[in-house]
Amino acid sequence: MHIVVCIKQVPESTDITINPETNTLVREGVASIINPYDMYAIEEALRIKEKAGGKVTVITMGPPQAESALREALSMGCDEAVLISDRAFAGSDTWATSYTLAMAIKKLDNYDIIICGKQAMDGDTAQVGPGIAVQLDIAQVTFIRKIDKIDEKAALVERMTEEGYERIEVPLPCLFTVVKEINEPRLPSLKGKMKARKAEVISWNSQDIGADPERIGLKGSPTQVIKIFTPPPRKGGEMIQGDTEEVVDKLTNILKDIVAGC
Amino acid sequence: MSITVLKDKCTGCKLCIKACPFDAITIKDKCVVIDLSKCTLCGSCVQACKFNAIELKRDVSASHRLSDEQIGQYKDVWVFAEQKDGVVQSVAFELLGKGRELANKLGSRLCAVYLGEKIDSQLNELFWRGADIVYAVESPKLKDYLSESYSKALTQLILEHKPEIVLCGATSLGRSLIPRVAVEIGSGLTADCTGLDIDSEKKLLLQTRPAFGGNIMATIICPHHRPQMSTVRHKVMQEATVDKSLKGQVVKKIIDEDKLISRTSLLEVLKEVEDTVNITEANVIVSGGRGLQGPENFKLLHDLAVVLGGAVGASRAAVDSDWIAYSHQVGQTGKTVCPKIYIACGISGQIQHLAGMQSSEVIIAINKDPSAPIFNIATYGIVGDLFEVIPALTAKLKQILGKSR
Repeated sequence: MHIVVCIKQVPESTDITINPETNTLVREGVASIINPYDMYAIEEALRIKEKAGGKVTVITMGPPQAESALREALSMGCDEAVLISDRAFAGSDTWATSYTLAMAIKKLDNYDIIICGKQAMDGDTAQVGPGIAVQLDIAQVTFIRKIDKIDEKAALVERMTEEGYERIEVPLPCLFTVVKEINEPRLPSLKGKMKARKAEVISWNSQDIGADPERIGLKGSPTQVIKIFTPPPRKGGEMIQGDTEEVVDKLTNILKDIVAGC
Repeated sequence: MSITVLKDKCTGCKLCIKACPFDAITIKDKCVVIDLSKCTLCGSCVQACKFNAIELKRDVSASHRLSDEQIGQYKDVWVFAEQKDGVVQSVAFELLGKGRELANKLGSRLCAVYLGEKIDSQLNELFWRGADIVYAVESPKLKDYLSESYSKALTQLILEHKPEIVLCGATSLGRSLIPRVAVEIGSGLTADCTGLDIDSEKKLLLQTRPAFGGNIMATIICPHHRPQMSTVRHKVMQEATVDKSLKGQVVKKIIDEDKLISRTSLLEVLKEVEDTVNITEANVIVSGGRGLQGPENFKLLHDLAVVLGGAVGASRAAVDSDWIAYSHQVGQTGKTVCPKIYIACGISGQIQHLAGMQSSEVIIAINKDPSAPIFNIATYGIVGDLFEVIPALTAKLKQILGKSR
């Protein structure tokens, strides 16, 4: 079984503020990590490999420094790592990103399953996973919280919804996006870390993956960001003082009016 | 696609340095230099420069960009009328509310799209909430959501009727379906919008959405592709009101069953049975964190939620301690909610939690620690013991609102 995991390197905290004097994003001291949802994707891929055999390839599109995210994935037990990096990818929206990742995945050996985190913590779009599935014309299941059964031909999975979950059967090859509930990601072992340090990270640019220059980066992106701003911070309001009875009376007055209007 | 500083025009005034959100511009020899490894080509500096000294070439691919004439063929505002068990969901009424406003600004029609087994019982509801036309595809294959069947049906309708704008709820269905449709059609999609408007000059849809957990807002356009597509956060837009005098037209489309085949098959839909509503639909959420001290104490929140007709939420700390199921988690790695009232009990207010609830209309926080960050954003704050306040509040509300709730 060949499992491909798509990951993204993101800032460790989303607590990004704008410096009011310079109007720039304050990023000092913010380390980069693997998007937390992608950690569940890596872990699930490793678990499938441990049961069914095969290999796990981890792939990312990003600047050269994203290589450190790939090495971390290797240290957890992934077998191969591919960095897709090119200045020509700058400004990619989710359309261009899913096209680029799909082109790179096509260049890999035959794959059985592609796993992505449900969304990235910085952009929060959740659009790239389904986009890849369409670009590759394979089945997709989003928001998976459990894989009940998997073999060479098909998988039985649980997909999280607002009300509960759905049980879905899906033939391979397919694309999954996973939620936090699915597992607890492992920590890299010392041996894994040593191995990852020496491992080769394959690096491909836009020509290597045969990408159409019209479909990548800003040029290939239908959407454009025209403005970025900080929302007015929500201010603290009134502190309610008094003993329990007074507090409850005040809260009741506040709540009963709003609840009546619901 | 490139960005260049025209050295003869740059005066070194530094306005662009202030405007750059990515800290990518520095000054060198009285002329600015752009660090291309940091630059995302967002264009903020171009707007800020008073001397037209920065040039951003957005030569969008001609092969895939639509001509003005082609763009002119796209008309109407469409909203996707998500249904469950045949019933149109409230998120669709919110889209009709917003959609009407956008359609009026564009002078176009407002249309709803329904994919399901049978629409008839739902038609009036859609007309009364403002839909001029309802496009429906009826098939047993569309009874429940299946990614491929739904995306094929919606893609076909869009290609045939050419709407200018397509809106869909940013629900688990919407966020699985619409990204597929956007890629198939080759148009742009903006996720989880909290603000939508029309640029009065260019008549473009201005899509505003939070990123970085709500710490940054971005306004996004889709200038050269159609339709302009957005998923829209549930509970943010006002529902269209019901006007029973409104009438509309239904257009039933027949799509070949073969074209609706899905490789995935839905075996079972399971509802996690509870007597409270799910948190994404709730108008009131009573949420608990580490301050609850143990799983048994969620009962207190549950009782209050039942009286208020609401749902129970939780912080990551409570979920990670296995006090309550993950489906209740609010925040960065859980769900984003936008209720009328959010009552945070024993939740300190870590940034990751705030990301999931800070757009709630009213936030009430109860915490023992007066320095808890949750008080910085709460509409009403109570420094006190939740084990005293919550049961007393539940009892009092029960008296007033009646036991029937």
